[in-house]
This record gives sequence, structure tokens and C-alpha cells, in this order.
Amino acid sequence: MNIAVCVSHVPDTTTKIRIAADKQNIEQQGVSYILNPYDEFAIEEALKLKEKNGGEVVVISAGGETSKETIRKALAMGADRGVLLKTNGFVDSISLAKALAEEIKSNGSEIVLMGKQSIDYDNSITAQAAAEILGYGCVTVCVDLKIDGTKVIAEREIEGGREVVETSLPVVISAQKGLNNPRYPAIKGIMEAKRKPIAEKDAALGKVHTVLSELKLPSAKNPGRIIGTDSSAVPELVRLLREEAKVI
Amino acid sequence: MSKFSGVDYFNIDGLLSEEEILIRETVRDFVESEIIPIIEEYARKGEFPMHLVGKMAELGLFGANLPSEYGGSDMNNVAYGLVMQELERGDSGIRSFVSVQSALVMYPIFTFGSKEQKRYWLPRLAKGEKIGCFGLTEPDYGSNPGGMVTKAEKTEGGYILNGAKMWITNGTIADVAVVWAKLDGRVKGFLVEKGMKGFTAPEMKGKHSLRASVTSELVFDNVFVPESNLLPNSDGLKSPLMCLNQARYGIAWGVVGSMMACYHSSLTYAQSRVQFGKPIAGFQMTQQKLVYMVTEITKSQLMNLQLGRLKDSGQLRFQQVSMAKRNNCDIALDIARVAREIHGANGILDEYPVMRHAANLESVKTYEGTHEMHTLIVGEDITGLPAFN
Ligand SMILES: Cc1cc2nc3c(=O)[nH]c(=O)nc-3n(C[C@H](O)[C@H](O)[C@H](O)COP(=O)(O)OP(=O)(O)OC[C@H]3O[C@@H](n4cnc5c(N)ncnc54)[C@H](O)[C@@H]3O)c2cc1C
Repeated sequence: MNIAVCVSHVPDTTTKIRIAADKQNIEQQGVSYILNPYDEFAIEEALKLKEKNGGEVVVISAGGETSKETIRKALAMGADRGVLLKTNGFVDSISLAKALAEEIKSNGSEIVLMGKQSIDYDNSITAQAAAEILGYGCVTVCVDLKIDGTKVIAEREIEGGREVVETSLPVVISAQKGLNNPRYPAIKGIMEAKRKPIAEKDAALGKVHTVLSELKLPSAKNPGRIIGTDSSAVPELVRLLREEAKVI
Repeated sequence: MSKFSGVDYFNIDGLLSEEEILIRETVRDFVESEIIPIIEEYARKGEFPMHLVGKMAELGLFGANLPSEYGGSDMNNVAYGLVMQELERGDSGIRSFVSVQSALVMYPIFTFGSKEQKRYWLPRLAKGEKIGCFGLTEPDYGSNPGGMVTKAEKTEGGYILNGAKMWITNGTIADVAVVWAKLDGRVKGFLVEKGMKGFTAPEMKGKHSLRASVTSELVFDNVFVPESNLLPNSDGLKSPLMCLNQARYGIAWGVVGSMMACYHSSLTYAQSRVQFGKPIAGFQMTQQKLVYMVTEITKSQLMNLQLGRLKDSGQLRFQQVSMAKRNNCDIALDIARVAREIHGANGILDEYPVMRHAANLESVKTYEGTHEMHTLIVGEDITGLPAFN
């Protein structure tokens, strides 16, 4: 079984984002990067499938040189080899999906896993777009996955419940929290990761669909207000919550 | 409290390899999600969280710097140090468990053991299926272990052990004890196994420090130890001292984790605690305390990194380890006390990690050679004059 996992290298959720002077990038100083959390579920699922059925897990990431750190983490968790598709700066999701699809096709991967979204740009589109380009089936926001021969039975998280769907290989799956418990990379895995290959090539992005004009920070939140300090403030607090904040 | 993302004022990460950083991050995540949420409860109960043993083994934390042939990962000493640092940011007791298992049990079996001993014990200890302890200290011989009175006498097919050890980390929960005893007046190492007739390991109760770690007595009442359980290549006091040198190296790194925990808690607290209309971090005296902490952390980090590079290149001298153990434990304890001051009354609560670290560090400053002993070791090294007796 040939499995591909697409991963992205994203700023840590606890990072304080500051926008660079060119308004095209964030300030890099003091920003630590991590493996996109949803991609961890994708990697874990790929490793479980490999442990059960054998085969190879290839990790693909589009990004700059530093994305190799994230590929290395996936290799340390147990993936077999990495591919870095080199890009420079902002890439629109459709172009990204195209580059990933190109690489997946050349690998002949029949199962493709990725996170349901990357927590930096939050587009939630790469899996669907890649599936469409590849002509594969697609299940998004997946919380349970069973693959039996070429039959795929997956559970998706939907508003207020779950949906069970069936499709067949080849397939692109986007992973949601709850799919599994991602393993920590063991020290042995980390030591072995440095001997696993990471191929580098230019990303085949093709036509540009969207360009980035400007990055902005959200407008500042209104400061908090103290209504009172004892129970006499409750009626006014309830009124404001109902009429102004409209939360009750 | 805001998420901990390390203390690196001097961009020391730039001196680390990608793999060293990844190992540290992995252990940091593990500590954040598996140790910190439960540790106060275990410390309060005075129990070691046994369920962590399997998880730590899965991560590969036991004997990770030993060759993979014996269940290790060929990890270098800087990475080993970073593992200790991250674990001790969680708790000194957990770091102690790993130190004992790796540096004081697996290391001596690897270094002084027979092929059979290595083949049997090391993979099992690495997998956490077996737990080990290290018995050197005795009720009447602490700083002066050479005076030990536990003795072994040759008998048919093995040895008869008599005596007692005290203050032994993991003693009660251990499957195997690396015990140092005198055979014809010369110190030798023995593997004493749980259940051997005449061997008991009662737990010591009433500790105000290292409460999440098991500390025990080991009592040997005519214990028969087969010939195959003598560590054949151990010879003289130098052998246990070699083990201690490994463990002290880990402690020098470990306590930086305690420093970081106390500093991080202090910084976050001082930025949010308002008195006289502004955060206490805005007062000069608080800033002085915080600056003291981060400066000392940076100094210790640099000291440790060079210590590790020396160890990896085979140039490390034990006196250098003594200097780092001595300095870092002393500073860590001081930082914990200053952190308690910054937290005011809150500093005494177990809602914050400060008091637990402060109490733990009292043990850490004492075990593996007291502050004074390490002073005398470095003192002798620079003056050429021993001042031990
Ligand atoms: C929680 C905990 C866990 C431990 N775990 C282990 C373990 O797993 N295995 C093990 O073998 N041991 C262990 N120990 C024992 C530890 O190593 C000893 O406590 C330590 O070596 C000091 O010995 P002591 O307590 O007998 O103090 P002593 O040697 O009696 O010293 C008391 C004081 O006198 C000072 N002193 C002694 N001699 C001199 C001198 N010549 N000049 C100046 N000052 C001097 C000391 O520095 C100290 O301040 C542990 C201890 C603790 C607290």
C-alpha cells in the first residue's frame, strides 16, 4: 500500500503574530513553527494503515527550506521518506493542490491523507481540490477510517452528529481531531529520521489563481467593562448579555 | 498560565542540531501533557506515577544513550541532557526515576556487566518491563561511601551479602538493585534481585521533598547472590563513582528545567498580578529578580552545552561535572526561593509549581554528592590539595 501524507509547517498556535513591513509576511523573529496539528492525525492514521497492511508512507510538504523540520518530525514518527516541494512566499490553495497532486500522481499513492485544514491560512480546501485534480474520491473531516481491500468506510463529523460514508480507493482523506491519538516520535525514531531521505524539487504550481494583497491583524477587541462587584449588578449584567452581547 | 515554549535568551538553539531540538520538543510535549497535569496530585499523595513508566519507555527515554543493540538509541550526550532538562521541568522525582534507571542501573550493567547480564537486563530495563535501583549510600556512610560496611563473602556458587543501604531511589519498586558491597575489603557491584531470600526494601516515609519518587532502605540479611550476579568488571570505589558521574551530568542539565519552570511561572504571574495599580512585573525589584533568573538560566545552559560537547568528544573531566552540578543545583534552589517571593502567598500553593520544585531541589542539591563535596572536588582540582579529611 502506497500512502502519501501531505503536511504543512505552521506557526505555533501560541505565537503572537506581528505583520512584517511589506505586509506580505509575518515577522519571523520569535515565531516557532510546528507540524500542523491536524496533519498529526493524518500521519498517525497513515502509520497505522502501514503497520496493518505494509507499504510505504511518503510525506510531502510544500514550503521553504524550514519545512524540512516538519517533514523530519513526520519521519521521526515513522514515515519512510520525505519530499519537499519548494515554494517561495504565498501560494494559493488551488496551485498548492495542483503541485501536491502532481507529486502524488508520480508516486502512484492510492491513499492520501492530510489535515482538514492548516491552522495558518485556514482555507480547508487543499484535500478536496487535490482529489478533484487527481480524480480520486474524497472524504473530509474524517473521524474514523476503515479500509478493507479497496473499500473505504469513513465517518465524518457533521453538525450535531456523524455521517458514515463509503467510497473506494484511490481516495483523499482529510483528518479531524478524534481520528486517533497521534504518537510521540520515539527517540529511536528521531535518530533514524536523519538517515531517511528527503527529496527536494520545485513545486509545479502552474497558473496563479489568487495573489496576496495584504495581511492585516484583526481589529482590536473592545476593552472589558465592570458592571458592578456584588449581586446588585446581576440584573444589569443579564440585560447587557441579552440585549447588547446577544449571547443569552 | 501561558504555554511554555522554552527559555532561550541567547539563541542557544542555534548551537543545537535539528535532531537535538526535536528530541527536546518531543519530551517537552510529553511533559506538558502527561506529567504536569498530574504531578501535584502524586506529590501530595506521596506516590510515584507508575503508569508513566510504560509511556516513558515507549518514548525511548531509558538508556537512550546506549547502543541500539541493547535497546538504546545511540543518542548523544547533549540530547540526553536536554531530555533530563525537560523531565525535571515537570518534576525532579520523575527525572530522578529516569536518571536512576539509565545512569545508575543500565550504565553500570552496560559498563561492568557480563555479556549475559547485558543481554538479559538492558532490553528489559529499556522497555520499562523491569525497574532498577542503585544502592551505595548507607545509614552511616553518605558523603564518605568508601567507608561502607555492607559486605559480601564468597561462598559456594556465589556470595553472601550482609548490611543495609539507605535513601535508595526506586528501591521498593525495583526488580533489580545494583548494590555496592565490600568483598575482601574491595568495593564490587552485585545485582540483587527482588525476591531473593533475606532481601527486603521497605519504603521510607515522611519526606517533604521528592514526594513523587520512591525512596527506600535496602536490607540484606544473609542474602545469597549467585556468582552470575556479580558485575565482573566492577572494581573498587571508582566503579560506583563512574556511575555517579553519569548521573551528576544529568542533574546539571535537569535542574535547569526546574529553573525554567520557576522562571516561567514567575514571569507570567508578575505580568498579571496587579498591585498599586500596575503589574508587579513593572516594579524595579521584581524586574531585578526576573533578570537574575533569566541570566542564571542562560549561564547554566551555556555551561551545560559545553559540558555535553566535551562529553561527546571524550574530553570531559569529572571535576567539570562537579562544578556544573554544584553551581546549577545551588542556583536552581535559589531561583525557586526567589520565585516563591514573586508569587507572594500564592507561591506556597500547589496551584503553582514553585514550592514543589523548591522542596525537590533540597534533595537534588544533596544527592549525588552534596554541594560541599563538589566544592571539595573542584577545590582539590585547582589547588592540588585534598580537603576531605
Ligand atoms: C531523595 C533522595 C534520594 C537518594 N537516592 C539515592 C540513591 O538512589 N542511591 C544512593 O546510593 N544514595 C541516594 N541518596 C543519598 C545521597 O546520595 C546522600 O544523602 C548524600 O550523598 C549525602 O549523604 P548524607 O545524607 O549521609 O549526608 P552526610 O554525608 O552525613 O553529610 C551531612 C552534611 O555534612 C557535610 N559534609 C560531610 N563531609 C564533609 C566534609 N568532609 N567537608 C565538608 N562538609 C562535609 C555534607 O556536605 C552535608 O552538608 C538519596 C538521597 C535523597 C535525599
